[in-house]
Amino acid sequence: MELFSLFISAIFINNIILNKFLGMCPFMGVSRKTSSALGMGGAVTFVIFFSSLITWGLFEYVLEPLSLQYMDLITFILIIASFVQLVEMIIKKYSPSLYKALGIYLPLITTNCAVLFVALENIKQGFTFVESVVYSLAVPIGFTLVLIIFSAIRERLDIADVPKPLKGNPVAMIVAAIMALAFSGLAGLV
Amino acid sequence: MSLFKNLSNGLVKENPVFALYLGLCSVLAVSNTISNALGMSVAVIMVLTVSNVIISALRKIIPSEIRIPVYIVVIATLVKIVEMLMQAYTPELYTALGVFIPLIVVNCIILGRAEAFASKNSVGASAIDGIGMGLGYTAGIFMLASIRQLFATGALSLINPFNQAVIFDITIIPTQFTIPLFAQPAGAFITFAVLAALLEVYKQAGEKPAKKGA
Repeated sequence: MELFSLFISAIFINNIILNKFLGMCPFMGVSRKTSSALGMGGAVTFVIFFSSLITWGLFEYVLEPLSLQYMDLITFILIIASFVQLVEMIIKKYSPSLYKALGIYLPLITTNCAVLFVALENIKQGFTFVESVVYSLAVPIGFTLVLIIFSAIRERLDIADVPKPLKGNPVAMIVAAIMALAFSGLAGLV
Repeated sequence: MSLFKNLSNGLVKENPVFALYLGLCSVLAVSNTISNALGMSVAVIMVLTVSNVIISALRKIIPSEIRIPVYIVVIATLVKIVEMLMQAYTPELYTALGVFIPLIVVNCIILGRAEAFASKNSVGASAIDGIGMGLGYTAGIFMLASIRQLFATGALSLINPFNQAVIFDITIIPTQFTIPLFAQPAGAFITFAVLAALLEVYKQAGEKPAKKGA
């Protein structure tokens, strides 16, 4: 039950984009088309899930026994950067078509704050292994969900008649504000 | 002249926050009060300037294939130093900013300036560029924070992070007329959208007379 509420609250209530403002760069950058939003969501889910588990294991079994906790930031970001590189190489070798679809978004994931946030949050909250698995899965699901809804709205916005100064990003921000309001209505869910 | 140009470039024309949409995560998140916003800005200016200087000094030694990992290690080390200093000297601010201090590592402004400016220019120019961009970030986050704090609490206040002394605290809007929405995420998005649209209006107004003259 506890795990379930952790899962639901990470997706809807403490949504990574609308509540914690993380991952804004891809949120504004790759939300013009639903198909690319879906690709980005998939890639981010994959990277967050595996890199957070690796960093969790590293912290628990290497940094903590050696009392090197202060090295967390440097090791985590290196692991994330090399993991993204590895994923890119594997996809390129085994599935050129998927690589073509995701190609440009993959390197961007390193600087997606959501990835580093999940790795740090797993440690800070003192999650057990099972809790980290649930949390590292729920956060990117929430990210993908909001990204897809947002990109669908933006596709419609493109054909709407928007006042000139608001065109592009400002009106997208207002859409994000309305979505944040809607999601804050789910606060009493768990 | 060119030094001044570098500095003003970061403040207005290429304002990292409103013109380039960089570093949005921390801007939206910590702009709930002026004290938090300024604390965050100081941390960002410190990391940005020092990382620009270090990367610029090392630019001839770093092989171009592995430059991004090298930049990230330099930035992560600096951020960790700033984080430890803040934890020791300004514990309240450290708690208030929380996870957004370590997340300076992935702030696009810092890596972006390292790649776009410091890797190609001299140490002095990179230091100025770091300060200019940092001040542009400060200007953006400060505007957002003043508006949000004013509407959400009705008062503008600043607290000294070292000893928690109140520097100033002016109540402008009576409490019964405040709009708590501005303290919430939705308020951050709306305020940002309005400010970005105003900057756009200002830019377009500046363009028109220039066209007539030509």
